[in-house]
Amino acid sequence: MTIEEGDAVLARCEGNTFEGVLMPSTTGTTVVKLKNGYNMGFKPDNVTLELIGKKSDMTGAKVALPGPNPDLPNISILSTGGTIASKVDYRTGAVTSQFTAEDILLAIPELTTIANYHARVCYSILSENMRPEYWVKLAEEVYNEIKAGADGVIITHGTDTMMYTAAAIAFMIETPVPIVFVGSQRSADRPSSDNAMNAICAAKVATSDIAEVTLVMHGTTSDDHCLIHRGTKVRKMHTSRRDAFQSINSRPLGRVEYPSGEITTYLEHARRGERELSINTNIEPRCTLVKYTPGASPEALLFASANYKGIVLEGTGLGHVSTEWIPFIERTIEAGIPVIVTSQCISGRVCDRVYDTGRDILKAGAVEGEDMLPEVALVKLMWALGQTSDIDEVWKLMTTDMAGEITRSSRTWGVYS
Amino acid sequence: MSSKYDFNKLGLMAGLEIHQQLDTEEKLFCGCPTTLRNTADSNFEFFRYLRPTRSEMGEVDRAAAEEAMLTKRFVYKAYDTTCLVENDEEPPRKLNPEALRITYQIAKLLNMRVFDEIHTMRKIVIDGSNTSGFQRTALVSTNGCIETSQGNVGIGVLCLEEEAAQRVEDKGDSVIYSLDRLGIPLVEIGTEPDIVSPAHAKETAELIGMLLRSTGMVKRGLGTIRQDVNISIARGARVEIKGVQALDLIESIVELEVQRQVNLLDIREELRSRSASVPGDIVDVTDLFIKSESKLIKKALKKGVVMAVNLPGFAGLVGREIQPGRRLGTEFSDYAKKSGVGGIFHTDELPAYGITQEEVQILRQAVGAVEGDCVIMVADLEERACGALQMAIERARMALESVPEETRRALPEGTSAYMRPLPGAARMYPETDVPPVVVTQDILDAIELPELLPQRKARYMEECGLNEEMAGRMAYSPHFMLFEDVLSKVKGVNPMLVASTLMSTLPELRREGKDVEKLEPDHFEGIFKLIASGGAAKEAVPDILSRITQHPEMSAEDAAKDLGLGGKNVDDIEQLVGDIVAQRIDFVKERKMEAVGPLMGVVMKELRGIIDGEDASNLLKKKIDECLKSEK
Repeated sequence: MTIEEGDAVLARCEGNTFEGVLMPSTTGTTVVKLKNGYNMGFKPDNVTLELIGKKSDMTGAKVALPGPNPDLPNISILSTGGTIASKVDYRTGAVTSQFTAEDILLAIPELTTIANYHARVCYSILSENMRPEYWVKLAEEVYNEIKAGADGVIITHGTDTMMYTAAAIAFMIETPVPIVFVGSQRSADRPSSDNAMNAICAAKVATSDIAEVTLVMHGTTSDDHCLIHRGTKVRKMHTSRRDAFQSINSRPLGRVEYPSGEITTYLEHARRGERELSINTNIEPRCTLVKYTPGASPEALLFASANYKGIVLEGTGLGHVSTEWIPFIERTIEAGIPVIVTSQCISGRVCDRVYDTGRDILKAGAVEGEDMLPEVALVKLMWALGQTSDIDEVWKLMTTDMAGEITRSSRTWGVYS
Repeated sequence: MSSKYDFNKLGLMAGLEIHQQLDTEEKLFCGCPTTLRNTADSNFEFFRYLRPTRSEMGEVDRAAAEEAMLTKRFVYKAYDTTCLVENDEEPPRKLNPEALRITYQIAKLLNMRVFDEIHTMRKIVIDGSNTSGFQRTALVSTNGCIETSQGNVGIGVLCLEEEAAQRVEDKGDSVIYSLDRLGIPLVEIGTEPDIVSPAHAKETAELIGMLLRSTGMVKRGLGTIRQDVNISIARGARVEIKGVQALDLIESIVELEVQRQVNLLDIREELRSRSASVPGDIVDVTDLFIKSESKLIKKALKKGVVMAVNLPGFAGLVGREIQPGRRLGTEFSDYAKKSGVGGIFHTDELPAYGITQEEVQILRQAVGAVEGDCVIMVADLEERACGALQMAIERARMALESVPEETRRALPEGTSAYMRPLPGAARMYPETDVPPVVVTQDILDAIELPELLPQRKARYMEECGLNEEMAGRMAYSPHFMLFEDVLSKVKGVNPMLVASTLMSTLPELRREGKDVEKLEPDHFEGIFKLIASGGAAKEAVPDILSRITQHPEMSAEDAAKDLGLGGKNVDDIEQLVGDIVAQRIDFVKERKMEAVGPLMGVVMKELRGIIDGEDASNLLKKKIDECLKSEK
């Protein structure tokens, strides 16, 4: 009988015998998980394996969950691949993501006191593999859930590109109920994961009066509160910290205390039932973000204009590129490709009327992206080009606040408060 | 230690688990230094909660589950010497190569062959001592052995793992940890249960400790080495006693655990013969104590309740001593404390604590206790009190069965207290953020075995002429490298002088408040060169060292000059001694050679540190002799 991963084996190596389970290996060695739980690797030449038992399917003991509570609101959880619950098989060391409502609730039982849940898997992809086309399908799923009566929607998402998806959904859907994005910065299999607290706070927001597209994640490195960010004003600002997500050019919309779940809001927001449900998923995915760096050749712009229908420029400072680029911007716009200027400062508002190159960019026909995040401007441009091919209409959409992405006044907030 | 027990007959099996911190530049999974800090210097604080992850088998480790029951808040103190890795806010770096090298050397010393590939695992620990909720640990080798007076003791495992955070304070619902210690490399050495007696346990621990220190790469001082002891007797159960910090305690720990298990088994027999039972009905007896004069009860009743449970057939046994100063009731109490109460009352010790005989009587009636029954009682917040009694009931049920398998905490007297159930094996999975380390034969061949400390001591006696006591102290001292360095670089230096300088003079200077940390190897080399060349006398060593601690920029020669010790040649000295004798010619004539003693004081006042005392005495004798002869 052949030996497969997961089988119980005796491994013999230089006179020693080890009993354990054969494990998957990434390096070509023979990896055995010993009875004491440790893995160790043998060079395949050094070891002989003897099968002592075929792998058995370990199905977890079923734990009874309380049935739906008619007094609680109904929340839909849509999964895109970011996990808010994991299970560990200590026998094989395998960590599996959990997507069914039942599994999520078993992992985070506190959720059952907040709402009844209906969970669906939309995608099982890494967040870096997310594509604009997938936003469309997700928007449709969200729309269907709300139409079917969901009192709120939670979308679990990998954190890398969560802000793009949140912005896309914000532009595509007018919502009468909360739509909440949530993820975790530390994997759900570890006891210290931020998954549970983020999910609990997200559920609180999903059942609240905040009928907007928001993103709920840790507010600090401590397990003290989550911040509620507007989906169009939030950016991942750290590779690994729990509080990686920060509202940029805006105060967060609010915060949720943990574990009390108490919500405080800081900004005016749409209220539950205020808006009619509607969906508009037309987009033009062929848009790109070009970052200007010192000495960068205008070829980059040339390439972009040949391959894309819309360009967001990430300029320096107030929104600048070198003088050398100006004629290329002019030509791009003449070809009917809109160019929106944002800033690589990330924080602050673009203003191309202060210095000559800025004035030249405007003269060439580019439009200032105000205080929009470059990534949000990109998502918005895709959406705007999906609405109309009339460039003047595009300009109008891009300079009008559609979903909280442009603020009228730059307030003192965040790192500059 | 002579014992009343026949350990062989009782079927004693004991094993040791030794945890030793390594003295590396950097931590195991990040670039932070391995220095311990004063908590007052913490520059940042944060807190977290931990929750056990559900396992595929639908079960949570029983030790983890018990900790989770407490939903504690863990507060962490961070420093300017800790980073996001300790905060569980950044993935770990690769396994520290320096720590790996030391571990390979230890493996060789323990006659172990290192695995071809080393895998780092996550071992679930949710008492908060690891910010991640798991300890990163890698099994490096198995199947080693060491020779002892009682035959070979097998070494079951050698692991390289990260040290946990230091617990600073337990406030009940929150625990404060300090992150400076988290991530210091640690080797764990686990012996097989081949240890047969308390003395053998001590011998084995000493031997392993010696091997570890022979590498010269392990940390020294309190808390840098910890011993856990696994003990069982044939009819008892395996008990792991954690955190034995002093080697001298190991013998008592083993002996007293044997005593505990023997006594628990006796109690079980007694309980069975009495047909004792544990129905476990908790009764609210708050009303009976509303007017109680007991301070403890009064305090608890401000917000809480008094709950009690009857244990039929337990009378007298709950109060029976099982270890010095510890009773079966203490064991119940240890379990009860897990739910946050301060302790329990039991009728074997009542009336006491301000609780009257009368109150005991009505308590017994209220829970239906008859003669031969013992009542246990808790006064606290309702939820806590019920939780505490549930835990105590559970422990009482165990008393009817056998000795429970437990992890216990070593107490300073050699006894131990309950910590948690023995962790199950099902709590490890791969640390996917750390790539496996491939170990080639070349790497292992390049690892040299260190000289063992007893060998080093013998060499110091033989080659350097140190006496046995000094040779031992020098060989086991962290200064041994400096000692050997000076000897190899300074020709003609007296090894005993170097050794006593490092082992006696330095501690004396430290006691005087001198900052001896400022002394560099070059300083020592300079001083002993100066002395070997006659530029200063050995008596000058403390003064020169002391002066350098104040002016570390000085060379030994500068310091000697500064002290007025330098610049005198042999002729000058002869002249000076000659003058001293000449000026006291009448005294010398009168006392003859007996003048040496009194005049030595005068000579040494002038020449201390410039010439050796013995040389000075000889020179003085010579001068007096010359003087007396010339007078004749």
